[in-house]
Amino acid sequence: MLNFLIRRLGVMALTMICLTFMVFYLVNLEPNLRKLAISQTEMHASDEHIESWLTRNGYRRAFIERYAAWIGVWPKKPNIDTETGKPVSRFSYCSEPAESVFAGVIQGDFGCSTKFKTKVAEKMLPALRATGLLMFWVMVTMVPVALFFGILSGMREGSKLDRTLSVVSIVTTSTPEYVSGVVLTIIFGTWLGWLNGSAASATGDGITFYNFTLPVITPAIYGMGYIARMTRASMIEVMTAQYIRTARLKGLGFYAVVVKHALRNALIAPFTVIMLLFPWLLTGVVIVEVMFRYQGFGLALVEAAGNNDIDLMLACSLVSVVLVLATQLISDVGYAWLNPRIRVQ
Amino acid sequence: MEPLSAFEIIRQVLVQFTSVWISLIVLFAFSLGFKRKLGLYGFVVETGTGFTGVLILGFWLFTAIFASRISPFDPLGQIVSMKDALPGTIEPISGLPYLFGGDKLARDVFSRMVFGSRIVLIIAPLATLLALSVGIMLGLPAGYFGKRIDSVLSFLANLILAFPIILLFYLLVSPGILETPIPYALAGVFFLFPILLLVTLFWSGYRSHPLQLGIRLVLTLLVGGWLFATFVFDRDPFHILRVSPSTLNIFAAVALASGPGIFRIVRGLTLDIKTREYVQAAQTRGETPWYIMLWEILPNARGPLIVDACLRIGYTTILIGALGYFGLGMPPESPDWGTAIKESSRLLRAFVHPALPPALAMMSFVLGLNLLADALREQSLKD
Repeated sequence: MLNFLIRRLGVMALTMICLTFMVFYLVNLEPNLRKLAISQTEMHASDEHIESWLTRNGYRRAFIERYAAWIGVWPKKPNIDTETGKPVSRFSYCSEPAESVFAGVIQGDFGCSTKFKTKVAEKMLPALRATGLLMFWVMVTMVPVALFFGILSGMREGSKLDRTLSVVSIVTTSTPEYVSGVVLTIIFGTWLGWLNGSAASATGDGITFYNFTLPVITPAIYGMGYIARMTRASMIEVMTAQYIRTARLKGLGFYAVVVKHALRNALIAPFTVIMLLFPWLLTGVVIVEVMFRYQGFGLALVEAAGNNDIDLMLACSLVSVVLVLATQLISDVGYAWLNPRIRVQ
Repeated sequence: MEPLSAFEIIRQVLVQFTSVWISLIVLFAFSLGFKRKLGLYGFVVETGTGFTGVLILGFWLFTAIFASRISPFDPLGQIVSMKDALPGTIEPISGLPYLFGGDKLARDVFSRMVFGSRIVLIIAPLATLLALSVGIMLGLPAGYFGKRIDSVLSFLANLILAFPIILLFYLLVSPGILETPIPYALAGVFFLFPILLLVTLFWSGYRSHPLQLGIRLVLTLLVGGWLFATFVFDRDPFHILRVSPSTLNIFAAVALASGPGIFRIVRGLTLDIKTREYVQAAQTRGETPWYIMLWEILPNARGPLIVDACLRIGYTTILIGALGYFGLGMPPESPDWGTAIKESSRLLRAFVHPALPPALAMMSFVLGLNLLADALREQSLKD
């Protein structure tokens, strides 16, 4: 087990290095750098002006050196003002160290957000907290309902209830967030007026049933059908197993069989599915946050990408990659732990 | 002029779709009449879910084909007096109604929904096909040979799967990236795979029949080369098709996003099938590895692959809609459903009617695909 964990962590580290390298390359493409320079200087900056801004702020240093400095395994050199000869920060709203130090992701320095005019860490932490809250509530609504539906329809395969629930779950998996969000807002926001079609007030005034229900329900509906179908398939498989027949033949009631014997085995497969749903939920959360103007990670990502905010985008990608890899690891380890038949060598 | 009542709107919409209804009746008369001769499709149409799925997909397919006949107005045309017009308002000059009303730029919502189906129905299946050929071409050797090839390819696939899709899209489909060679290189590599797949397929299968092999290879290379030039370089030698760089970029991004998933499925199926007797028999006969992969393993993996392809077209549709929703890749005036939802969802408090048609269209199309996939799975499990 320990060996397996070490190997997995090694692969994870390698994956992370490859991915961040790719992202670093893509956000530092020439057109992006030029856009950044133009937005930081005057609107009609000449080519020389742009070039001198990029050189002065260290964007013309060797690519590998900048990547290593971003990670924190290479010292970050201060940018020297050519006129005064003193070190200056790249952006007026973030102070940067005046001497050459290791200041990268490993040291906890994520750089400076040009869009929000603050340190990336100061923007990211509240955004992540807000998104964590949203994801938590999505999971709390989605998972129990989906498991319940899945168990109910898998319990008696082919029954009327099974067919109805199957159709419902197919419909929900066919409704992406940007469709269900619009339809739900129209019904509950515009027509009935029960719920708020915007979660912008959730940041300042705190979350309420009125402003938070739609952002939670929208991604929950899309994911629900998928989990329900996985649970159903797993339940059907378990219900045909020999030990269920034995339990039935020894005279145990149907519901006692389901609760005592079937459930525990049927829930192993959905556990993996649910863990692997986190990265997918991240995409859903981005759409939902944009749609309902909820100030979280997703909105930060979209704003960063739309405004060419290089450091914030790098931090966003790092966060999402870590989330994806961590859930994969938990899902693998948890599966082995839950299922005694599977033991990793 | 008086706007149309709700009943008249419904009647008029039904009339507009006349060509679709006729085509659907012909399709189903044919399908149900010859269902015993149509193999798997015949069985699928018989079930309730399969019938509904084919019905919905047929509806959108014929809508896309007859789009210019169905829609009364130009999907991009703006008629200023019809800004935010309610459903059923009569356009004074032509005397025709805006059946589903007008959007904030005074365009006909109904015509835009109808023309939007064209974009979705062209891009989604083609992009899925592209991803499918990439997945097959890489998944077969990974599963069959195993060892080093498998570890390298699986690592690459997991790498891309670990990438949050939305971020991938923002990085790859931003306008700035079109100034760099990256999207063209990516698309160039991806569009090589279908050609490579067909060439390997014919090469391994017809080696002992030079004439047949020659005909097939020449045809593949001619058609493949033409499509390659059209898509990747936008230089159609015959000037029939035009593919803009941003559309190409969408193809590349979608294929990159769904390729690894297909790769994993093909690899898993290959691992399972390569232990069967008929594969061993082929190995004993001394067949080449590519013959075994493409002519023994692939045909036997088709069931799950067809079901997955069906689901994946739906997923691709959702991805393309998301691209439109974030305003990536598609031109801002494009009538595709994702862009239309984005445009209208900002004004939901004031006007509801421009948002509903594209949203319901998107949902129903994906639903049709999912229902069909479900029916196909049920049928293939019966065998």
